[in-house]
Amino acid sequence: MSPILRMPTVEASPEGRAVASDAKGHTMRLLIIEDDRDAADYLVKALREVGHVADHAADGEEGLALASHETYDVLIVDRMLPKRDGLSVIGALRTKGVTVPALILSALGAVDDRVKGLRAGGDDYLAKPYSFAELLARIEVLARRHGGREETVYRVGDLELDRLSHRVTRGKEEIVLQPREFRLLEYLMKHAGQVVTRTMLLENVWDYHFDPQTNVIDVHVSRLRSKIDKGFAQPLLHTVRGAGYMIRDGAR
Amino acid sequence: MTALAKLLKTTAFRLTLLYLLVMALFAAFLLGYFALNTRRLMNEQIVRTVDNEIEELTGQYEAAGLRRLVHIVESRANQPGSSLYLVTTPTGAGVAGNVASLEPGVIERTGWVETSYRRLEEPDGGEHIAVVKVTALPGGFRLLVGRDLAEREHMFRIVATAGRWSVAIVLVLGLVGGVFVSQRVLRRIDAMTDKARLIMAGDLSGRLPVGGSGDELDRLATSLNTMLERIETLLRGLKEVTDNVAHDLKTPLTRLRNLSEAALRHATSEADYRQALEAVIEESDGLIRTFESLLMIARAESGEPRADMVVFDAAAIARDVGELYEPLAEEKGLALRVEAAETVAVRANRELIGQALANLIDNAIKYAAEAEPAAARLPVPAAAEAVSADVGAGPAGPVPAGAGEIEPAAGTGARLLLDAPPMFPAAPADVVVSAAVVGDRVELAVADRGPGIAPEDRARVLERFVRLEKSRSKPGSGLGLSLASAIARLHGGELRLEDNAPGLRVVLSLPRPAPA
Repeated sequence: MSPILRMPTVEASPEGRAVASDAKGHTMRLLIIEDDRDAADYLVKALREVGHVADHAADGEEGLALASHETYDVLIVDRMLPKRDGLSVIGALRTKGVTVPALILSALGAVDDRVKGLRAGGDDYLAKPYSFAELLARIEVLARRHGGREETVYRVGDLELDRLSHRVTRGKEEIVLQPREFRLLEYLMKHAGQVVTRTMLLENVWDYHFDPQTNVIDVHVSRLRSKIDKGFAQPLLHTVRGAGYMIRDGAR
Repeated sequence: MTALAKLLKTTAFRLTLLYLLVMALFAAFLLGYFALNTRRLMNEQIVRTVDNEIEELTGQYEAAGLRRLVHIVESRANQPGSSLYLVTTPTGAGVAGNVASLEPGVIERTGWVETSYRRLEEPDGGEHIAVVKVTALPGGFRLLVGRDLAEREHMFRIVATAGRWSVAIVLVLGLVGGVFVSQRVLRRIDAMTDKARLIMAGDLSGRLPVGGSGDELDRLATSLNTMLERIETLLRGLKEVTDNVAHDLKTPLTRLRNLSEAALRHATSEADYRQALEAVIEESDGLIRTFESLLMIARAESGEPRADMVVFDAAAIARDVGELYEPLAEEKGLALRVEAAETVAVRANRELIGQALANLIDNAIKYAAEAEPAAARLPVPAAAEAVSADVGAGPAGPVPAGAGEIEPAAGTGARLLLDAPPMFPAAPADVVVSAAVVGDRVELAVADRGPGIAPEDRARVLERFVRLEKSRSKPGSGLGLSLASAIARLHGGELRLEDNAPGLRVVLSLPRPAPA
């Protein structure tokens, strides 16, 4: 049974295309450890289309060997693999001191499987079937997180967020945010220039991994948008159709 | 299998045989004991009377001499009976008595001996058996007194024969009884087996026959019937679910297929294709969501013990999820309020409880929004009017602050108003999320003021895929409530639907964790 894969929707909007090809301007080197040939081919092709380079390993042993000897930005690891289980591949890499971020892909989506995956050393977990936009957003965030960006003050255009004093200003104006709105903006700004999906927001800002049924996140984001963008000529908080949101200084 | 072989194989028959054997042995032992004891008693009696007689005769001899002895012996020997007498000279020649011959050597030895003999009155008659005692008299004469044993042997034979017969009768009656009982049991077991075969063959509505006597077979049949009942219910549920799954998954799959076909047929521009593909993705997302919910319900219902149950604050979850949905409610023109104590400890899976609560709030918002078109919900005056209508004779305008003076008899409506916290004077929130400890339960509740659910429909909506409106036009998989209910059951709790008058109040009731 091959998982339902969706066409990348990033190119569905001009903004999405821009993000994929040139917003960060750097090419990632990725390793896909996945035994389903079709799924892997699709992923390699889709990642190549958005400007990344992807290798493919068809089983756990091969994946472990490749990941140990080559340098990758992010590993995409299926959980159920021939020869060696995905979690054990990650465990073996961590034991060897290889800290490359790993995204676990699994048909097992339930909450405790996710917890198990993260406990085994995975950095993120995505249940199949996933959307390519979701996968792309997550690996880009993973690659960046590995580089580390923990400034005290985040700046995007004339928007400033001070993580210590919890003050947000745009131009000369102070913007008053609710605590949750602050955390939402903080997460978006931490990943400025990157697509952040709704699920990522729910997981990182609210710390929930469940399906919220309705797009509640959209309402929160549009509230935030009305506070930071309303009355300003240059919008900073953008909707990336079919994927999520991004904070970006459009003027640059 | 022949009837006999079948009979021999039944437990009832084998048990009967075993009992029979034990009973027969017991009877044989009893009779044997009785026979031996009788024999011993008779022996003792013989010994006593013979001893007495010898003593008496010896006395007579010593007192009155041989002549007197012979006289007495002769007179006694002539009486009919089983007694034997013999007086001999020291050389062994008979002087008096009724014994014609003895086994050789008997008269020479004194003391008790069992011997065969012939009687004088029937010299040609057969030999008899007797027990005799020989005594040496002073002067070398010998006295023999004895008893014929025919009586004793006869008695013994009667007892032995009775014994053999009774054992035989016990055996025969037992066998017949055993066959009868076994066949009766066998018939009932056969009836049960036949019925069970029918049920196995697919007639799930079949039940095992119950005799009505309340014996162990009846109890077994009743238990099995209860089990069958449960299995049938489960299977019926499964079938319903399968039907619903088929319907609710096939419908979007059909739409998916139709969309794709339509695009192939009609799309002319890239924009057309893009639009069609986007619709396809949206449709697939709905399908995936339905699948996820189904899987979660299945996992929750399988009730596998979960390792990730932790003690956390349910009040915080209520506030979190309430806050998550608050803007959505507001966007639909509804007020959402969270009423939760400071902390309400609960032991559960945080994600699952969050999911359940999210489903409930999502539902509440969906139905509350639909129930009240925005214009009808302008809060203060409308609600105040409603209250005054309750009071009946009360003032038509907003209730004055001094309404506290209204007598209790004025009606519950007025008292309700007085009891209400002053911060929320008239307009109740459209959706209220609450977390509280009620007795030994932790109750998370979501109350709305929507159309509510009729009492007769409440059990049904917890089932999978049930949506009350027949058209199934509204978005939603119909799994929200059943998922919440499955999650509640997984935690040893329950999901309760109550009347919020108006509206619906859904209570997720969980056991309170034992204090550490």
